[in-house]
Amino acid sequence: MSSLIETSSTMLFTAFILYLVATFFFGFTIKDKNVERKQSNFAGKLAITLTIIGFIAQLTYFITRWMASGHAPVSNMFEFVTFLGMCLVFAFIIIYFIYKLSILGLFALPIAMLIIAYASMFPTDIAPLVPSLQSHWLQIHVTTVALGQGILFISFVAGLIYLIHGIDQSTRSGRTVALEAVMYTIFLAIGFIIISSVFNAMNYSATFEYRLNGKTETTEYTLPAIAAPYEGTLLTEDVMKPWFETPSWMHGADAGRKFNTVIWSFLTGSVLYGLVRLLFRKRVAAIIQLLLKNIKPDLVDEINYRSVAIGFPVFTLGGLIFAAIWAQIAWGRFWGWDPKEVWALVTWFFYAAYLHLRLSRGWHGEKSAWLAVIGFGIIMFNLIVVNLVLAGLHSYA
Amino acid sequence: MIVIALVASGIGTILPQEQYIPADAISRDPQVFYPETYGIIGKIYLQMGFHNLYSSWWYLIIIALIGVSLVICSIDRFVPLYRALKRQRAKRHASFLSRLRFYSETEVVTDDDIAVVKERLKKQRYKIKEEDGHIVAEKGRFSRWGPYVNHIGLIIILIAALLRTTSFFFIDDYVWVREGELTVVPGTDGEYYIKNEEFILDTYSSEDERFKDALAQENRIIPSNFQTNAVIYKAGESEVIGAEEELVKVDDFEISMNEPAKFGGFTLYQQGYQLNEFSKMTFKVYEMNDPEAEALGEFTIDLFDPETHYELDNGFQIEVAEFYPDYKLSEDGVRSETNNSNNPAFVFKLYSSPESEDFEISFVGDVIGSAKNLGIDPTVVDLQPMGNVVGTFAPSIDATGENQYRILIDSIDFDRKSGLSIKKDRTIPFFMVGAIIFMIGVIQGMYWQHRRIWLHPKENGLLLAGHTNKNWFGLKKDIEKALEGTSIKMVDDQNEDE
Repeated sequence: MSSLIETSSTMLFTAFILYLVATFFFGFTIKDKNVERKQSNFAGKLAITLTIIGFIAQLTYFITRWMASGHAPVSNMFEFVTFLGMCLVFAFIIIYFIYKLSILGLFALPIAMLIIAYASMFPTDIAPLVPSLQSHWLQIHVTTVALGQGILFISFVAGLIYLIHGIDQSTRSGRTVALEAVMYTIFLAIGFIIISSVFNAMNYSATFEYRLNGKTETTEYTLPAIAAPYEGTLLTEDVMKPWFETPSWMHGADAGRKFNTVIWSFLTGSVLYGLVRLLFRKRVAAIIQLLLKNIKPDLVDEINYRSVAIGFPVFTLGGLIFAAIWAQIAWGRFWGWDPKEVWALVTWFFYAAYLHLRLSRGWHGEKSAWLAVIGFGIIMFNLIVVNLVLAGLHSYA
Repeated sequence: MIVIALVASGIGTILPQEQYIPADAISRDPQVFYPETYGIIGKIYLQMGFHNLYSSWWYLIIIALIGVSLVICSIDRFVPLYRALKRQRAKRHASFLSRLRFYSETEVVTDDDIAVVKERLKKQRYKIKEEDGHIVAEKGRFSRWGPYVNHIGLIIILIAALLRTTSFFFIDDYVWVREGELTVVPGTDGEYYIKNEEFILDTYSSEDERFKDALAQENRIIPSNFQTNAVIYKAGESEVIGAEEELVKVDDFEISMNEPAKFGGFTLYQQGYQLNEFSKMTFKVYEMNDPEAEALGEFTIDLFDPETHYELDNGFQIEVAEFYPDYKLSEDGVRSETNNSNNPAFVFKLYSSPESEDFEISFVGDVIGSAKNLGIDPTVVDLQPMGNVVGTFAPSIDATGENQYRILIDSIDFDRKSGLSIKKDRTIPFFMVGAIIFMIGVIQGMYWQHRRIWLHPKENGLLLAGHTNKNWFGLKKDIEKALEGTSIKMVDDQNEDE
């Protein structure tokens, strides 16, 4: 039993490393114009092979964990987000074999790695299933949703490449600022992962006591407290004293801890971002733009559209239809306006609008790319904000 | 239109909707809950009716308008498209072809080459149509109907949603059944009865190898299954009106999460449960300063039918001055949260003889509160076996400090209730059909593409053009395959040159 779980986590780690190595090889395929075509092809082949091996490793993680826990490992934040990363890789492999575009890997794999790293910031223990989740529909619904979202993520990757390549970086404009904001957000995610991992490794812990709905609760901070819970008192000794209190309008369990984590992510992300800007004296998007000289924007635009065209039906099936069937079986109502459901509908509407807009000429290219980025933002919002901030049936763990 | 619906839906999720007000909130009354919990924002939210956003009239109108515009747009576009494709001609004007995205001109072309290309296109399952040597090859035309098919599916879904607002199509009710109790199933017009034979609650063991880490982290008991073993009866036709109805057994059911019971068009879902509903409490009266002594008397309160006065064997009179069936102490003072006997508490007046004018006041109750203080979670642990013990821990407060007698809980009888929801939804088949049609339409439109290739012979040479509604990359590959080895020039992507 415990050996299975160990194998499982080793495999996930292996997959992560393989993706990392594969990313470098994808990098070699475009790094230098003078590199012989043959060499570049070889690097590309090696990269996709490594990606596939990495995917198989992650699949092994998935299967062994399933065997160990007795249910599909998609039942809490860690498991689901990891699976989402895996679906992104899977979608990338499919799209790669259709279009043979290596540059896609250079962006898709790091994003998949970010997602997996983000997942491992959540508790990784195998949790028991509450009765409402004990159904085959758990596997069917969640895997289809994740697959659909994984494919939709490829459109984001393509959109991002299109924007970084296409937006004129010689002068400052609304578009460069907006794109830079997207880059900055990615830095915030990196910041969150780095700072959480650092303090995790140090086993940092500080406990607070605070009032919630008239009851006294405790909350454990794993990052030094900058913001204490509202009217909270620090119980642990010899740790950093909080600088200020979380404002009272932030409600809910652990509001203080979450707010504190957000502050830390902003701090770390901003410092990282600032360092990169200082080092290169250029916008981050402008740095990456140098790598993208030789891409064909039309092909990227088509990948953007195509992945929405492929992902949208899958998402509809998993996120709305299967979800409704399961909800009907479990609660007798196929639709309940739960925040997660509503945001799935919003996502669906958004991509439906995208598909309709694509029919008119003016929306190809850059506008489509922006839409794909926004779509990704909506899915992420649904994943992070709705689960962690808004209450609902889907709030895991 | 879609955008308005998007924004409105988003607003609805900022704060929980009325039916999702958490059970442990300070009040489940929206008038209290929103302003209290969210301050000014909550007040605005309530005023604007956002707490019931998804059933508000204007939200429904937006949805209906989307439906209407769907129908109009579909008809508007369907007819011309149908005509155009029906009278598809192989011969198109050269200027039309030159404006297409994929286009090439070849000066010298042999008839053999054209024949080869034609053959290859056929092999790639293109349909060929010829007209004086002009050729149009097309494939996947049916994908053009995809959008109309999926919109038909959507319209069916919207109609089903409107039908659902009528009670003929949709019934939704809720019933609590105690263990051993037989009761009518609401919403069935007295046609069906349910008897709760047994309620079962299983929890995960903290010893479980797989989950012990997570359970230790959570530090609470997590149910693994709750189910009601029930018998459903149908009321028989009684010959004499008003006579005792005869109940005919329909079937035995084990109703649990994800395993609803179905009978006669109705479906029963396991929704909730409540352990530890108080049914009877027995109290004993003692001398205040002599806890070892024998009880002076005892009385039992039936919580479903409490009386105001109880007379003890030794002549003591007990008057129930206050009764809180669901006692809760909050910052606003003492109140009863619901009318269910979930956590009874009493204020008794004790008269030592029937004639006496003097009385002593004692407060007794809040067993759940004391159980929680002992670290017992009454939502997953049955208190019955330890009811007597927990009862003795419950407070018996002497408000004045001058009481001579003391009233203590002696024993408690608990019930277990199962909460079941009853649904009858005749719209489900409509939704199913709508969803299936929608999926077929979307897949048809998204996974196939309408590809067309024109070959247009000129006096000297050939014009070649291609068009598709999506996946240009695939069309390009098709053309490449067809042209391989011939003298016909590959099409240029006219978009890329710009």
